[in-house]
Amino acid sequence: MLLIRCPYCEEERPELEFRNAGEAHIARSANIAGETDDDFEKFFFIRSNPKGIIYERWRHMHGCARFFNAVRDTVTDKFVMTYKAGEPKPSKLPGVAK
Amino acid sequence: MSGAFRIPGAGRFSQAKTARFSFDGQSYAGIEGDTLASALLANGVHLVGRSFKYHRPRGILSAGAEEPNALVEIKRDAARKTPNVRATVQELYDGLDAQSQNRWPSLSFDVGAVNDIASPLFSAGFYYKTFMWPKAAWKSLYEPKIRAAAGLGVSPDQPDSDHYSSRYAHCDVLVLGGGAAGIAAALAAAETGVRVILADEQAEFGGSLRFETGAKIDGQDGFAWAQAAIARLSAMDNVRVLSRTTAFGYYAQNFVGLVERVSDHLSAPGHDLARERLWQVRAKRVVLASGAIERHMVFADNDRPGIMLAGAARTYLNHYGVAVGKNVGIYTANDSAYAAAIDLKKAGVNVAAIVDLRDNPTGPVIDEARALGIEVNFGRAVIRAGGKLRVSSMTVQPKNGGGERTIPVDAILMSAGWTPSVHLFSQSRGKVAFNDETKRFVPGTYAQDCVSVGACNGTDGLSATVDEAYAAGAKAAKDAGAKTAKGTKPKVDASESWSRGMLGAAPGAGPDTTVKAFVDFQNDVTAKDIRQAVHEGMRSIEHVKRFTTNGMATDQGKTSNMHGLAIAAETLGKPIPEVGLTTFRAPYTPVTFGAIVSHARGPLFDPTRKTAIHPWAEAQGAVFEDVGQWKRAWYFPNAGEDMHAAVDRECVAVRKTAGLFDASTLGKIEVVGPDAAKFMELLYTNPWEKLEPGRCRYGIMLREDGFIYDDGVVGRLAPDRFHVTTTTGGAPRVMNHMEDYLQTEFPHLNVWLTSITEQWAVIAVQGPKSRDIIAPLVEGIDMSDEALPHMSVREGKICGVPTRLFRMSFTGERGFEVNVPADYGQAVWEALWAEGQKHGAAAYGTEAMHVLRAEKGYIIVGQDTDGTVTPNDAGLDWAVGKKKADFVGIRGMARPDLVAKGRKQLVGLKTKDPKVVLEEGAQIVEDPKQPIPMKMIGHVTSSYWSENCGRSIALALVAGGRDRMGDTLYVPMPNGVIEVEVAGMVFFDETGGRLNG
Ligand SMILES: [Zn+2]
Repeated sequence: MLLIRCPYCEEERPELEFRNAGEAHIARSANIAGETDDDFEKFFFIRSNPKGIIYERWRHMHGCARFFNAVRDTVTDKFVMTYKAGEPKPSKLPGVAK
Repeated sequence: MSGAFRIPGAGRFSQAKTARFSFDGQSYAGIEGDTLASALLANGVHLVGRSFKYHRPRGILSAGAEEPNALVEIKRDAARKTPNVRATVQELYDGLDAQSQNRWPSLSFDVGAVNDIASPLFSAGFYYKTFMWPKAAWKSLYEPKIRAAAGLGVSPDQPDSDHYSSRYAHCDVLVLGGGAAGIAAALAAAETGVRVILADEQAEFGGSLRFETGAKIDGQDGFAWAQAAIARLSAMDNVRVLSRTTAFGYYAQNFVGLVERVSDHLSAPGHDLARERLWQVRAKRVVLASGAIERHMVFADNDRPGIMLAGAARTYLNHYGVAVGKNVGIYTANDSAYAAAIDLKKAGVNVAAIVDLRDNPTGPVIDEARALGIEVNFGRAVIRAGGKLRVSSMTVQPKNGGGERTIPVDAILMSAGWTPSVHLFSQSRGKVAFNDETKRFVPGTYAQDCVSVGACNGTDGLSATVDEAYAAGAKAAKDAGAKTAKGTKPKVDASESWSRGMLGAAPGAGPDTTVKAFVDFQNDVTAKDIRQAVHEGMRSIEHVKRFTTNGMATDQGKTSNMHGLAIAAETLGKPIPEVGLTTFRAPYTPVTFGAIVSHARGPLFDPTRKTAIHPWAEAQGAVFEDVGQWKRAWYFPNAGEDMHAAVDRECVAVRKTAGLFDASTLGKIEVVGPDAAKFMELLYTNPWEKLEPGRCRYGIMLREDGFIYDDGVVGRLAPDRFHVTTTTGGAPRVMNHMEDYLQTEFPHLNVWLTSITEQWAVIAVQGPKSRDIIAPLVEGIDMSDEALPHMSVREGKICGVPTRLFRMSFTGERGFEVNVPADYGQAVWEALWAEGQKHGAAAYGTEAMHVLRAEKGYIIVGQDTDGTVTPNDAGLDWAVGKKKADFVGIRGMARPDLVAKGRKQLVGLKTKDPKVVLEEGAQIVEDPKQPIPMKMIGHVTSSYWSENCGRSIALALVAGGRDRMGDTLYVPMPNGVIEVEVAGMVFFDETGGRLNG
């Protein structure tokens, strides 16, 4: 069971308290009704599914109930860092070479 | 005397009490402290099972968790029968009842042994090759036969009456393995004051000190030192010592699963005692001290009962005081088996000969064996074992060929060397590295905060082991935050030497032979099978493993993996590391479902949710159905009524007078705040800004893909306050969906969301008399049609308690839903029930509710929709705000496929024979005479007998359904084709006049 740091509670808590909510930093267009089919496809269906570093959303479901963002390595399952919803994608990751 | 093979004065239990036990119905005497295996051996019983595939007679190979052969069924009573228990792990208790497995009619005469003679049919990969055709025969013929013939053990057929417990624990240093290494590491860590947990799978700590008579630490015999150290550790407040506890899984971030066997060793465990306890431990640092496992020699008929690992024979002698034979042979490729010969010889057992594959080894143990007068042969191989139910001889030949000599023996003790137990290290995602010199895989790159010490780390020698372990324990404590260390390192005064060994098949079982030289005893895999897999094209060790099933039994190849790998590598002509090791997976040893499930079974498996009105319904004799976690009243049968009669009566009563229905399980969410209406506009298809406070609207929620996600009636209580209802099953996910958008997409909106499902009990009162029933109890609400029209909501009081009174209908009748604080739910229900009785009202359950809503064509999300239905498909276009610029799903709904012609649309179906009720889920076709497989154009989503309509009614999703009104379609069923007519979705009161009737 993973330990996940909730950036709102500022505590590491067991995975049981959390729920994954899919890839992060996929913005819903302010003019979604006017989007082309291609753009909507990219927004709704296409996900990066990387081997390695992934930016994803989690919810502290059985804690503060807040959604937040996390950087995780899909090979080791290790969390590199977590940060609040709405904060920009971190440009530098602690302990990751590239 | 507890067995003819018990040696007086030997072992550590000579003062122990006798324990009677039975094996295959025969009664024996053992002693307390024995394992089942040692007690059987004390009585001269080696034959304990039949093998999996060939039904070959099998004996006890080991003295520990790696045992592949000695699997038995332990029976306490009819409900407590455990199959596949390793006799080498099961502790003896008085009255223990064990049965051998996988044999019929008896252990010594097994009909299935014909498989051994027919063994060419059962070669590697035979499952894949033999039983693939014809396909239909797999289910009806092959699989049942194979299962009947090949099953190891029989599953219990009654619920497990034992109970299990579960604990979470945290510590600074977790030490796994309680041999010399683990104890030294635990001492070093414990002396710093940090929190330590030390666990070992055996009943007694000591690991290989249980048999190593040559070990001396701090001036004591090794085993005695271990017991003294454990006593010291147990007395420390910061240390938890767990015996009989196996670490079975190493998970992310130093999270380790352990199972403690609490009462399996007790004769009459009290009912308050759990059978097993699951420990889930989070440790800052983990010290792995899991030791090493001895390998067998791979030679012809090396599976005969009486052939066992040399270290095991020493354990039986030195720990349990049992000689495994009277005239034993030794077959070895390293030094450690010599110690077995020496110990046994000194105990008075005849050692027929030592056969050593090595050419000219030297060392003190060899000299000692010779000095004791034991015949020692170098450069020779045992090429065959004689005997069937028990080994009777070993045939020896110079390893490069030459004259054979057969030596009578009643046991062969073998050692091909020791394999470091890297299972837990590997599970921690560490990468093993191959040491070319010692031909061992040892821990290489670590992935977690752990360290390996002693034999599992490839460290040879007790002195080096204790040094390494003590230093590692101290460092682990320091890394976990320890400030001071004040202990002293144990001093090793004497130790035994461990040396190399060999991997793969021994001479006489080489590529040119067809003998049965077993690599994997539990899955009956021979050296020849591994070679055949390579010859048939398997290149990766993972493929060889699956093709031969080598290492895939419940012992997970603890004794066989390295031999199998070496034979595959040799056949491939590649070095071992290039062929690679198979992945080790949890669990290390089998774990019972009981331990994992613990108390979460039966009524505690999942929470049961009951409404405030549940006790009343129960008292009325309601029949309940499960809806998610909820118990809902399904129908209320009167005396003598079946379900059909009860539902018909309930449905008629609602339309004739009135009915009361417990709708408390509806999901309810309060959406509050200055931007509440804006938020509702974005989350639902409908327009909300202009909805007047005091009015309600039926809302549809979509996912971003444009499909219906949920629905429900929403009341606007105030400009900034909406009372939203959801489907019973949808409440949690709708709340999650709303929170997601509010927190991440629309965080600028000033809105709060609160789940109020449990706060309000909901009593639906529906039918022409509904207002007459409610009105006398209501205060402060004008109940007239002008003041409280259909689809409106008022706050006031009922029976003196606050209410949110909705005028709404899910039946098509004049109707109300009375929301009251849940604590008053039953009292208000009873008051309404008393009023209702004056008018002949009935209580109705979920079945009648379903029928009544279907008569009106009201959909149920999740029944009439399945996640691929748009509002248009469901005939709900009217509920989509056409002027809205945005809502969740607005773009998805406009995708080409979702607006294409010919989509499945929700319609009504009327069977030509009104008495025939369709089956929900039945498929619909245009032409019933077309060849099979027919083209299916839709399916039935809801279907009921409607007493109010005097006929059956159904809803269905049909391709282009709304263009087929009046058409005849067909529903092919096993008993014939049913003719149906496509109709509108409303079967009763099409004009809707009854809403105000
Ligand atoms: Zn939190």
